[in-house]
Formats: sequence, C-alpha cells, structure tokens
Amino acid sequence: MKLEKIESFDALKERFEAVRHLLGSRVEGGDPNKQYEREVLVCGGTGCVSSDSFKIIENLRLEIDACGLSTKVQVLKTGCFGFCEKGPIVLIQPDNVFYVQVTPDDAADIVRQHLVGNGRVVRLLYEEPLLKKKIEKSRDIPFYKKQIRIALRNCGVINPENILEYIAADGFQALGKCLKELTGPQVIDFMKKSGLRGRGGGGFPTGLKWEAAARFASEEKFIICNADEGDPGAFMDRSILEGDPCSVLEAMTIAGYAIGASVGYVYIRAEYPLAIQRLEIAIEQARQIGMLGKNIMNSGFDFDIELKFGAGAFVCGEETALIQSIEGCRGEPTTKPPFPAESGLWKVPTCVNNVETLANIPAIFTRGLDWFTSIGTDKSKGTKVFALAGKINNVGLVEVPMGTTLREIIYDIGGGIRGGREFKAVQTGGPSGGCITKENLDTPITYENLTAIGSMMGSGGMIVMDDSDCMVNISKFYLEFTLEESCGKCTPCRIGNKRLHEMLTAITEGKADKDIMQRLSALGETIKKTSLCGLGQSSPNPVLSTMKFFKDEYLEHIIDHKCRAGVCKNLMQYVIISDKCVGCTACARNCPQNCISGKVKQPHVIDQTKCIKCGICYQKCKFGAIEIR
Amino acid sequence: MEKAIDTCEQSGVAKEMFEKLDMFINSFEIDTNGTRRKGDLIRILHRAQQIFGYLPEEVQIHVARKLNVHHSEVSGVISFYNYFTTEPRGKHNISVCMGTACFVKGADKILEEFEKELGIKAGQVTEDMEFSINIVRCIGACGLAPVVTIGEKVFGRLKPGGDVKKILDQYRSEVAE
Repeated sequence: MKLEKIESFDALKERFEAVRHLLGSRVEGGDPNKQYEREVLVCGGTGCVSSDSFKIIENLRLEIDACGLSTKVQVLKTGCFGFCEKGPIVLIQPDNVFYVQVTPDDAADIVRQHLVGNGRVVRLLYEEPLLKKKIEKSRDIPFYKKQIRIALRNCGVINPENILEYIAADGFQALGKCLKELTGPQVIDFMKKSGLRGRGGGGFPTGLKWEAAARFASEEKFIICNADEGDPGAFMDRSILEGDPCSVLEAMTIAGYAIGASVGYVYIRAEYPLAIQRLEIAIEQARQIGMLGKNIMNSGFDFDIELKFGAGAFVCGEETALIQSIEGCRGEPTTKPPFPAESGLWKVPTCVNNVETLANIPAIFTRGLDWFTSIGTDKSKGTKVFALAGKINNVGLVEVPMGTTLREIIYDIGGGIRGGREFKAVQTGGPSGGCITKENLDTPITYENLTAIGSMMGSGGMIVMDDSDCMVNISKFYLEFTLEESCGKCTPCRIGNKRLHEMLTAITEGKADKDIMQRLSALGETIKKTSLCGLGQSSPNPVLSTMKFFKDEYLEHIIDHKCRAGVCKNLMQYVIISDKCVGCTACARNCPQNCISGKVKQPHVIDQTKCIKCGICYQKCKFGAIEIR
Repeated sequence: MEKAIDTCEQSGVAKEMFEKLDMFINSFEIDTNGTRRKGDLIRILHRAQQIFGYLPEEVQIHVARKLNVHHSEVSGVISFYNYFTTEPRGKHNISVCMGTACFVKGADKILEEFEKELGIKAGQVTEDMEFSINIVRCIGACGLAPVVTIGEKVFGRLKPGGDVKKILDQYRSEVAE
C-alpha cells in the first residue's frame, strides 16, 4: 500500500473527509458513501487467532467470492472485541449481528444464510444463559450494555493494519490540534484539567508527570510507552496494541510535543508477537503519512518512535527498572529520587506512560474536557479497562466508568460465577494487589476505594475465585511469582519473600506452628516498609490481604490441618465410603502405590500411610464412593 | 575460552549462524566506544537465540566482543531475563502458562501431566531432544485458560486427563513419520 504524506493539519482534515467512507457502516449513523453494502468483521486478537480466526476469514472470502458478492461485501480483520469467552467472534455490519464461537466450517452458513439469504444463523447467535434467549445485536448483549469504551474505542471497529481507517476514526486530529493550536504548556495544562491518571497501577496524574518532565531543561528528552504488561491475568495493553496501535503512537507524539522530546520508545514484552507485528506496521505507515518523522504536519516538530523489547522480567514494568532494561542492563530498579522526569533514560529527562493511559489521550483532546470529566467519579475520571478472568462466565476485556461497582462487573457484565458456584473473592492488582470479598462487592471502584479496602487498582487484572479455590494456596502462588521475579538487589525483597514463602508452604503442608500468623504479618509489614521498589513494597499484599479477610481459612489449615477447598494435597485424605463401594477394583488396579486393598465385590480401603494423594482412584471410581476429606 | 570458539567455528553451520548474527549486529552501526553501545544488546540477544536456539558461552563472548563490553555484562543480562536460555531446548518447546487465570483453572495439573508423560521436569529437555517444557507467566490469552503453547501454536481450554496425551501424540506421530 502506498501512502501519501499529509503535509498540514488542513490536509489531514481533507484526508479525513476522503477516507471517511472506509468505516462506512461500522460507526453510528454510517456513511452514505460507503463502499460496501455489508462488512464482516472478524476478531484478530490473540485469543481468537489461536482459535483459527484467520482460517475463518479465509473461508468467508472464498464463500463470498463463490456467491459473487465480493464487490458488495468486505471481510475485515479487526482488533479484540473483548468478549474472549465466546471467541472467535464475527460481527456483521450494518446489521449489528453478533455471531459467537464461530468455526471455519461455519463460514458457508454465514455467507449463504445471512449475506445471501438475509436471514440469521440462529445457532451462532449469543444465548443469554439465564433465560436461554438468543440475542442478535451486540448492543443488546448484557456483556456490552454497561460498558463505555474510550481506551478500547477502536478495538473491534477498525482494521489495525490500515492507518487510513484510524484516520477515518478521527485519528491524528488530536495531534493536529495540539501542534497547530496549542503550545506545550497548554497541552500539559489541558491534561492536568482532564484529571487523567496513570492506568498502569500507580494512578499518578498524567498531566503532573508531563509537567515534571517538561520543567527540566535538556537538549534531549525521551517519551517511553510502558507496554511491559507483566501482571499475570491482565491483557488490556496487549489488546489495545493489537487493535488500535496508532492511538498509542499519536498520544506518544503529543506527549513528546508537550515535554519537548523528539524520540519515543515502546518497551514491549517479547511474549506479544502479534502486538509487536501490528506496532511495526503502524510505525511504518505513520512515517509514510508523515505523522512520525521530521516536521510533522509542517509544525516544525520532529518525533520518531522505536520499539524496544523486554525479555521476560516482571520487575521491568517498574519505570526505573524498565529504563535500565532499555539501556541493555539487568532490569534492576534504581532509587528514586532522582525521578525519571529529571534523570531517566541515558540520564536525561524521561516520561514513562502506560499503554492504556496513552490510548485515552487522543479521545480526550478530540471530544473535549467536559465530556471526559463527566465520566467517572470526583477523583477518578474516565474509565478503566479490566481483564475479567478466572471462575467467571464471561471471560474478557471490559471497559467501565470509574465508580462502577464490582457487583455490576461480575454479575451484570461478567454473567456471574461459572458453574453456578459461590463467589469467594476477586483478586485485583495481581501479585501486588489484594483480595476483595463479598462484603465489598458494592464498593464503587476508584483508585482510593480499592486502596482503602486493602487492594489496588493495579493494571486491571481481575481474577474471580469461587469456593473451590484455597486462599492460602493463592497467596502462595503469588509469592512464588514474586520470588521468581525479584531481581535480588535489595535484601527485604530477596530474602524476606523467601521466608514468607516458606511459612506459607508450611501452612499448606500442615506443618506450621500456632503463632505463624503473627510472624507472617510482622515480616510482611517489614518487607513493605523497607523494599527498594514497588515490587517488593507490594509483594506481601496478597498474603496480608487474604490473612485479613480469610483468617478462618488460615486457622483451619494451621490448627485443624484442613483445607476446605480441597486444594492443599498434604491436608487431604482420600477415603472410600464403604456403603457406596461395590468392590469393582477399578481404584485398586489403577493405584500407582498399590495402597488400596479389598476383595472383589467387597468394600475397599486406602492405606493412608502409603497414599501419595495423586487422585487417580477418585477419577477412576464410577460410583462416587471416594471422598476427599 | 578461545578454544571453545575454535571448536564452534569448525563446523560450517555454526559459521553461517555467526555470519547471520554479525550481519544483524552490524546493521545497528553501533559506536563501540560510545556510552550507549549496550542499548541494543537485548535485541541482539533475541536474534542470537532465534538463530542458535539458545545462548551458549561462545555466542555470549562473540556478542560481548562485538559490542566492546565484558562477557560478564552479557552473561549478567542473560541470566536476569527469563526469556533467554543457555541450555538447548527441544525441537518442540512446550510452554505452560502459569499466569493467575490459568493457575486458578488448573494449569498446575496440566503441567504435572506433561511432566509425567515426558518424564522430565519443567526446564528440562527429553533425551532425544524432541520435547522440552518451560513455564511462562501469562501470554495474555486468559480467555482460553489454561493455555499451553508449543512452538507458535496455542492450545487452549485444556482439561486434565486426556488432552495432554492427545496433543503429545500428535507431535509424536510426526516424529515417527
């Protein structure tokens, strides 16, 4: 594709008019000059791609050709729709018909029944689980109803590999406006008024961060986009980069203009190959149309962006560690101050912003302060994207206004707990966060509220847990993670967390003494107070928070040697209920330890001293005669 | 050290690999006396691992010399980041995701089954060099939890007791052919 350079803001506006038709039927109202009667949008996010969505696209195109519709219908690959649970997703516009769990074999039915026959492929429509009612339009699906999409506004709408579609979706208008109409300080002032806060975890006001970096005079400055999304269970940054990479590039350029930087880096995880590929395409196209490079839109402002790769280190999400990593060193954090705003990458003023934060920025400029500040709460403006995962019916990405309650997210949007089990807790903030329990389901989600109840906003991972999850084991899991990811530079984090982990292991093995909880909390508090960086300062949070909310469960492990969720192997016993056992010998034959004895057609017995708790007998028994105690 | 390089350079394949790597390094036009000469180190190591499959000492020393830094600095970076390995991996590298979403959906049991089936632990390679297992932290496909990747291919929504064996059998039959 050859792209013509856009020389000025006016030329951009002209180009917008010229490419508007590209989004044709996809946006509200639609464009009468649209090129195609219908558009078939297929999700090209990582989840759906691994479920063969590229093959679906291929089959759809073949079918459409075969039916002679290729001039009337276009098939497009878009970014993530967010409803990963039901992927792969196919959306047909302008009909707004939403097909779920589509397979490559369904292409023929979609084309023949829907595109040719103007009917619906009913079996592929979303079914509301409670009422068993089929829902045709995406806007009527409960998952989408309460969402407001700002950061994800273009995901699932535009083709992320075509920058012209980004322009058609108001792309680069914010940049054009900033370069032509505003000075650097005015841009910063605008950001401060918007109240936007960092979406990567800390919640620091973005405008203040820019102001700090702008204040230090230096010939060279850097903008860094933190795309090292290491929090396990969070995947919003990946989806934004895969679905709308240009918005991040545009926001970085605006930030560069505001603080006086001419080079930007996107520090991205090597684990995200698709996002890297889409970013590379976007950067190349942005250079071609002159949105990156020298003298952008004839403003005299130069800015270019390069990719830098991570290599699998969670701590590199911390800004000083990230800077070390870009410099080609071990990603160990450095003490603050000096803050990166004063002395960052290569010792020059540097501003580090997270992907989701950046993705908000162009929308705030194009739609205005009044619009943005009307969404959210007093101190937490706008929306937040959450990655819903774990034991929930609708796994996926949701974007809701700040102030939405957890109950709304879990039950209205998330569709409740999987398998009708009981809700136990939500873990937010990943390895740095804490648990939120039933009592706090109605707390409006804001930065302050989450901190007040012992958790944190974090990057937005939300892991839902039910009664089959053991809270001691979950905190042990997080500590294992911290242990592995601790860089080892400071003692409290390196050794303290190791000791915490040992204590938790003792609890899950039933070997802990009675005062272990006091020692756990004393050590946890010490680690929090004395660690060098955010990783160590927050690493005991999962333990401290579960101890607070699930004290009973800890005590059961410690005193009664019982794990009520049946997760901690050493505390479990497999027992044969003699009334139910018919003596089929299936368990005894499959036992790797040969520790089940009994005669044929008579109840069997497990020798507890030899049992290794592998659970094979439990799986093999067809009569439900084996119980876990 | 010198000797190790010599033995490696004897084989033509290795020579070709080093040439490929050099071409990549040279494309950065690094100022080997500049303070920022390490800036592209991680990118170079990614490429080197792609070419060689892992990062043996010979490769580390080679990269260090090209960038005019100490071998210890290169090796320090490699040991810090999970993505880099100094041991060869199997032809089919199985990455079991142990992110939280996968963990609460039983990823540990999936890992156990792979370990049992292949008779190796995470971080090891089978004797025939066909399979290796490693643990990764969240590949962001939480909607498909629990998730495993083998090479580029993603396998999602795995259930203990059957799925693991089925997947391995696919690859094993490939080997037999």
